[in-house]
Amino acid sequence: MIMAWLILIPIFCGILAWILDRRITGSARWTALVALSSNLGVLCFLVRSFTVSGVTQQPYLMDLDIPWISSAGIHFHLAMDGLSLVLVLLTHLLGLVAVLSSWKEIREKEGFFYFNLLWVLGGIIGVFLSMDLFLFYFFWEMMLIPMFFLISVYGHENRIYASVKFFLFTQVSGLLMLLSILGLYFVHADITGNYTFNYFELLGTPVSGIFGILFMLGFLVAFAVKLPAFPFHTWLPDAHTEAPTAGSIILAGLLLKTGAYGMIRFVIPLFPDAAAAVSKTVMVLAVAGIIYGALLALSQTDFKRLVAYTSVSHMGFVMLGIFAWNTLALQGVVIQLICHGLSTGALFFLAGVLKDRLHTRDLNKMGGLWAAVPKMAVLTLFFALASLGLPGLGNFIAEFTILLGVFKADKIMAAAASAGLVGAAVYSLWIIQSAFHGPLTIKETIADLSFRETTALVLMLLGLVWLGMNPGPVFRMAQPSLDHLTRSVSFEHPGMCGVSSKPVTCLHPEYSGGTVHAAP
Amino acid sequence: MEFVGYIPLLPFAGFLVLALGAQRLTRPLVGVVGVGSIGASALLSALTAAGLLKRLPGETAFTKTLWTWIDTGGLHLDMAFYIDSLTVVMMLVITFVGFFIHLYSTGYMAEDKDYARFFACMNLFVSAMLVLVMAENLPLLYLGWEGVGLCSYLLIGFWYTDKANGYAARKAFVVTRVGDTAMAVGLFLLYNHLGTLSIQPTMIKASSLWPHGSGTLTLATLLLLGGAVGKSAQLPLQTWLPDAMAGPTPVSALIHAATMVTAGVYLIARTHVLFMLSPLAMTVTAMIGAATLLIAGFSALCQHDIKRVLAYSTISQLGYMFLALGVGAWSAAVFHLVTHAFFKALLFLAAGAVIHALHGEQDMFRMGGLKNRLPLTFWTFLAGAASLAALPLVTAGFYSKDMIIWEAYASPLGGYGFWLAAMAGALVTSLYTSRMVILTFFGTVKTPVHHPPGLSMTLPLSVLAVLSLTAGFMETPHTLGGVHIFSGLLHYALPETKIVQSRITLEILFQILAATTAVGGIVWAFFLYKPQPEPAPSRLPKSIDRFLFSGWGFDGLYDRVFVRPYLALAHLDKNDIIDRFYLALSQASLGCNRIFSLTQNGRLRTYVWGMGIGAAVVIFMAVTL
Amino acid sequence: MLTIPTSHGLILAGIIFVLGLVCVLVRRNIIFILLGLEIMFNAVGLAFVVAGAKWGQADGQIMFLFILTTTAAEVSIGLALVFKMVHHFHTLDIDQADRMKG
Repeated sequence: MIMAWLILIPIFCGILAWILDRRITGSARWTALVALSSNLGVLCFLVRSFTVSGVTQQPYLMDLDIPWISSAGIHFHLAMDGLSLVLVLLTHLLGLVAVLSSWKEIREKEGFFYFNLLWVLGGIIGVFLSMDLFLFYFFWEMMLIPMFFLISVYGHENRIYASVKFFLFTQVSGLLMLLSILGLYFVHADITGNYTFNYFELLGTPVSGIFGILFMLGFLVAFAVKLPAFPFHTWLPDAHTEAPTAGSIILAGLLLKTGAYGMIRFVIPLFPDAAAAVSKTVMVLAVAGIIYGALLALSQTDFKRLVAYTSVSHMGFVMLGIFAWNTLALQGVVIQLICHGLSTGALFFLAGVLKDRLHTRDLNKMGGLWAAVPKMAVLTLFFALASLGLPGLGNFIAEFTILLGVFKADKIMAAAASAGLVGAAVYSLWIIQSAFHGPLTIKETIADLSFRETTALVLMLLGLVWLGMNPGPVFRMAQPSLDHLTRSVSFEHPGMCGVSSKPVTCLHPEYSGGTVHAAP
Repeated sequence: MEFVGYIPLLPFAGFLVLALGAQRLTRPLVGVVGVGSIGASALLSALTAAGLLKRLPGETAFTKTLWTWIDTGGLHLDMAFYIDSLTVVMMLVITFVGFFIHLYSTGYMAEDKDYARFFACMNLFVSAMLVLVMAENLPLLYLGWEGVGLCSYLLIGFWYTDKANGYAARKAFVVTRVGDTAMAVGLFLLYNHLGTLSIQPTMIKASSLWPHGSGTLTLATLLLLGGAVGKSAQLPLQTWLPDAMAGPTPVSALIHAATMVTAGVYLIARTHVLFMLSPLAMTVTAMIGAATLLIAGFSALCQHDIKRVLAYSTISQLGYMFLALGVGAWSAAVFHLVTHAFFKALLFLAAGAVIHALHGEQDMFRMGGLKNRLPLTFWTFLAGAASLAALPLVTAGFYSKDMIIWEAYASPLGGYGFWLAAMAGALVTSLYTSRMVILTFFGTVKTPVHHPPGLSMTLPLSVLAVLSLTAGFMETPHTLGGVHIFSGLLHYALPETKIVQSRITLEILFQILAATTAVGGIVWAFFLYKPQPEPAPSRLPKSIDRFLFSGWGFDGLYDRVFVRPYLALAHLDKNDIIDRFYLALSQASLGCNRIFSLTQNGRLRTYVWGMGIGAAVVIFMAVTL
Repeated sequence: MLTIPTSHGLILAGIIFVLGLVCVLVRRNIIFILLGLEIMFNAVGLAFVVAGAKWGQADGQIMFLFILTTTAAEVSIGLALVFKMVHHFHTLDIDQADRMKG
């Protein structure tokens, strides 16, 4: 039940925040803070109990299966493995940062804002935990609509355009996924006579030929749009730029991660053969995204837009790593998901802070701010360096292990992707140059980071340093589930040699559908 | 030897203290923390060296593991330090030269408002550089490698209000990152075949897995060489170093002369087994070195800015080291690295003292006649210059350079071509060195001296001057005593260079030739650039002068081939061409909307017509189909 | 008793329906359009009655009663709209009332 509460608490508190805000001003943000902190507390307790009890050798740590719409085989089925746990943890951390970032920024319709914020987070947690495809789709849509409101109500100048664009991109791709889910549902029922949306039962459904490719593409496109992968990325710069700070943090830090999670959890395990057939193309697109994102980031004058394009570049590494499909690359992907969440989240946070002080996001109107706001400058420098993959910080571990893993699968792609590292250096240093170096351009004095802002940023900084110096705990948490995935799915890479080919793939022999309960 | 972990940690702690407490610390305290942490680290390094010497020859190296860094998917990397004689030599150079440069900086930077930030970056640099040379595995080396690159970036752009400095800093970082990326790909390649990235196991496995001259290995070594070339400012990635002089002078001395730029030399020496398995990689290394030392030497001949002369001279001397590495003269390369660290740090610091005294004047044509005004600076500068020009017998530079020149010919991989390049380079070196000394210290006074250097600046100068003159005596050719302390120590880590027997008879002749070249260069320079009130800017035709002044036009070439197209492409596509497709999609649906909305004209009778026709069609279809 | 064949009745209903439809289509005067609608209703009603007679069941007549009621309601609303229209546009020409367009 703990997992259900993880989702329900944000949802209830969201409603509570909306109601309370009508009576007591300022109560909404406290409600959000308390909701997320208590959730995080529960999670930390869970992590502790898992690592202590040593259950981590099993892929799935917890399981909750309640019939929901039995006639259609729909269950309220949640399960948590190391991968989900890591991502749910990240969700809470960045959720807290998002609340802190909007503490002063949001002054109107506060209740509705925190309602939406908590519902997005609830939806994201649901996405990471659902093991029923229908439920997954439900949460997938649930995180979309509050996000739409966050952008369209609380965004900047061009918010309506951006929010509608965001909505259309994700909605259309989501519908493709729904079609694929239903297709898989019926194919599975045709073979076994059992109508079910259960992930574990659908695994290994042999969908052959053109339908396999089509169903796989339905999923892949939905996740590639969310990720976003080149050439589906164009909603992202607009959405990021126009969203309020918290919206940008959640978009970059979490919503994008659901795409990567979906690829790892669904695309390749459900359709290994079909995914292998397109893996070459996908990897080329990933590399194109890495380089294209880095190139376009350089030319942006809007701080948030620049950071948005860097996300395109970083997420290219993620997709590349996923389609290399070996433990090393996937471990790198997990670290990259966390570190990108932290570093990009922090950069959006800083963009928000700068916007608050200077009332502009235009880099051309900044310059020489180092002397005026040294704390902000040093922290921006830090996160820009993290973003360029400086060794010693988490992003380096991520990119290095991804590329090592990819190199095993495809040497040329790995080498081409490495060129992105040079591009990353160019745009990251450009941020520092245009905002903080050069002659001072502003006349008025501006305030440096407040205590609240410093705390949020330093937390993220410590996270990145810790992951860069000792990523072991995260590796160990994700290891069983990634091992399980890579071992049980025979994803035969066209570029790879010496991998035995099995005709039919099957993942779930040891998963009996029963409950694996860990500590309370 | 439990304490080796603290050697890089102490400067890092200094960095943290200075970075976090920048506002609260007083200036003297900043100096104490900044210099003290390096001093403590230097002492520990000396203790480590002593400890290692005690264990020799039984135990040639030891490893200190701090914690497991990465352990997943078959990749196992430790946070571990590997100490052997090569490491110890590097550690001593870094910490001791670093200490004196830090000490010097307390005087040089005394009036800068960002005093604490300066020392924070310098401490971070020393820490990263120590990690680089002590790393047990290649990714950890890469951590230090990029770490020093970052500090170089921060310090070149130290005076950030000037956009040109920021540009130089970014250029340095990005150009070296091109090399770093090549090196990273080299690491991927090595790991893919060997399954490990720890340096010693990598070398053992490589020599058992790959035959001599294997293609994969050659590719891997060439990629590593790419990294080395970037960091050590060799052809074709040398363009960043002259611009890096935008940083404060102690930075140029420490990072862009004595330590960081030698990281490439260290990397090749560290992975020498891989290079020795690949003759092609060795030849390429030697050729890069030979070409670089000449190209940079000629460029140094035409510079006006004293720091740029020294920068090109650094590139040229690093070329010597690469040449030595390429012909398998490992000890000679490292020996020259050490002596170069002493005399080039000294030259930069002395040049800094001049610049400081002249209130920031860097143009040699506005200096002159400083011999009597800044006597100590002059004599120490002269010591460094003599060492750089390889003045025979009395300078360290003579012994190390002579070793390289001789082995460039006499080693199995060497030959007349490399020897000639090295000799020509020696002549050019003594020419530009003498030109620099004459322009700066002789002739008439053009800029008045504001403040002469204080003790914190003169002490490091004196110490380094002594080292520049005497450090050579720990390694002399057997024709001149045959002292082999240095190579004897290094042979525990690096193989000895075998001299081809048939060439040995020429040794004395070649040494005399080398000595004559150095002295001849100096004498010739006094004829060419003899002290005069208004020295002519150049003795060469204008077009050649401009060509050499610009560093053989590499900057312009790269600008046209890489930088501008990249920027142009980025700005051309600022609004994202891909978005046009989606825009077109939405425009198309809006267009359809406009067309179809024409049918809704508001006239009731049109609608009735539509309904009637529609009903008729449906009935017709129902009846006929 | 003389029985009229079903087809005759249906053809008559069809003719009346078409006449009504043509009236709706070609007249601009809203009163005549309403008249056309009435005629179409009655044509449909006739068809129902004929069909009812054919099967010998009362359903057709009952449907006709329904139609009568609906028609009455329709006419009252229609006439109310005519009043509104005259008040608003000062004309009975339906083509003048075309403001609701895309």
